Amino acid sequence: MSAPNLSGAPACPHRKPRNSDATTRLLAGLLALIACVAAANGSWLKHVPAKDRARVNPYAGQADAIAAGAKLFSDHCATCHGEDALGRGKRPSLRSERVQDATDGEIAWLLRNGNLARGMPSWSMLPEPSRWQVIAYVKSLGPTTVSGSHSREKISTHSPQGPSR
Amino acid sequence: MISRFASRRISCRGTDGARVAVLLLGSIFSALSLAPRVRAQEPPYFVTYSHALEEPGNLEVEFRGTAASPKNGNPFESGTIEFEYGLKGWWTTEVYLSGQTTQNDSTIYNGFRWENRVRPLLHEHFINPVLYLEYENLNEADRSLLEITGHDGVQNYIVPNGIERAITERSLEMKLILSSNFRGWNFSENFITEKDVNESEPWEFGYAIGVSRPLALAASPRACTFCRENFAAGAELYGGLGDTNGFGWRATSQYLGPIVAFSIPHGPTLSFSPNFGLNDNSLGVIYRVKVSYEFQQFFRSVRGVLP
Repeated sequence: MSAPNLSGAPACPHRKPRNSDATTRLLAGLLALIACVAAANGSWLKHVPAKDRARVNPYAGQADAIAAGAKLFSDHCATCHGEDALGRGKRPSLRSERVQDATDGEIAWLLRNGNLARGMPSWSMLPEPSRWQVIAYVKSLGPTTVSGSHSREKISTHSPQGPSR
Repeated sequence: MISRFASRRISCRGTDGARVAVLLLGSIFSALSLAPRVRAQEPPYFVTYSHALEEPGNLEVEFRGTAASPKNGNPFESGTIEFEYGLKGWWTTEVYLSGQTTQNDSTIYNGFRWENRVRPLLHEHFINPVLYLEYENLNEADRSLLEITGHDGVQNYIVPNGIERAITERSLEMKLILSSNFRGWNFSENFITEKDVNESEPWEFGYAIGVSRPLALAASPRACTFCRENFAAGAELYGGLGDTNGFGWRATSQYLGPIVAFSIPHGPTLSFSPNFGLNDNSLGVIYRVKVSYEFQQFFRSVRGVLP
């Protein structure tokens, strides 16, 4: 088993090739880059079974659930992903298009299973209704646009209190 | 911390209830001297392990207190401080330091344990196995009772500290941890084997079984301290299973007890459990308390503070 990094971000190994041939180095670099890009694109999504992918959040859009999810997010997720869910250091943003476009079922699968090899812990000890509440909150935040501004309109639609509690 | 705690406890004389109160107060005081961060998401067990590992980069500091009064022996209290660190998503390492005080006897340091837990399967399953490997370097006066193996019995706890502290046991302990989550319930089963690496003693066996559940599965939308979601309850059954020379339930101790845990929001988790001896080899009642904190992304925070 390859050693994963602690950050939850894709591992980008910098290994020295055994020979000093420049072509080999280039190939190794390219392979590492491809691996990083593939992981950053959310390779975990490929592992989600169809029945999990299709699951629907029973709390989606409910103001109480979003408020409860915000509390849970602050307790369990904010240290790595930031209070604003925009990510910290190498920890990914949860307001990226990839996460926000994922189905509730896909995110639920990730929370339950984690991505242990890449540093994302399993949250299976958190009861399932609580995990759905976290998902309701994360989805209420909406995506961050390329320019970095946030979809405040979407936030206010779902959460009367807004994302900052 | 252990000696400070122990020196406070050594002056305590009286009933089990009073000693438990002192244990509890000492635990809370010790815990509050650290800056609390967040609660852990682990089940509230004292002896049983589940498949919950420490999140990568998080450090959990935990104090466990144990008190009991052996029949025909002096009451004792044991304190263990535990540092648990998430190395990887699938690998947690932990160090324990233990000490104890026995009334009308002495207060001594017992030694350390170093354990590692690894999840071989990276996805969640109906039954989730975890492999556990521990090295112990403890003298025989250890009273932490973090596991029961072999032919443990109440007679082990009436020998004076002066004799037992001179005998150091270095042993390897392995556990197969099986754990399941179902509708908010956690069911965990541990199969334990232990071998003294210094002496030609037989392999010893033990087990622990735990079941627990939070009192509420969904969080409350409002900020609250005494919400049901902050409480968990459960029970543990554990004991020895003899050794390779005599396997079975007989001539060893067995315990059963309820557990309650309270997670203070943005603060520590407090747990309490009275464990009742189920046969004549067992201590009558073991009182256990635990205070734990989790420091999220500990080393990153430390690096941030350093110049």
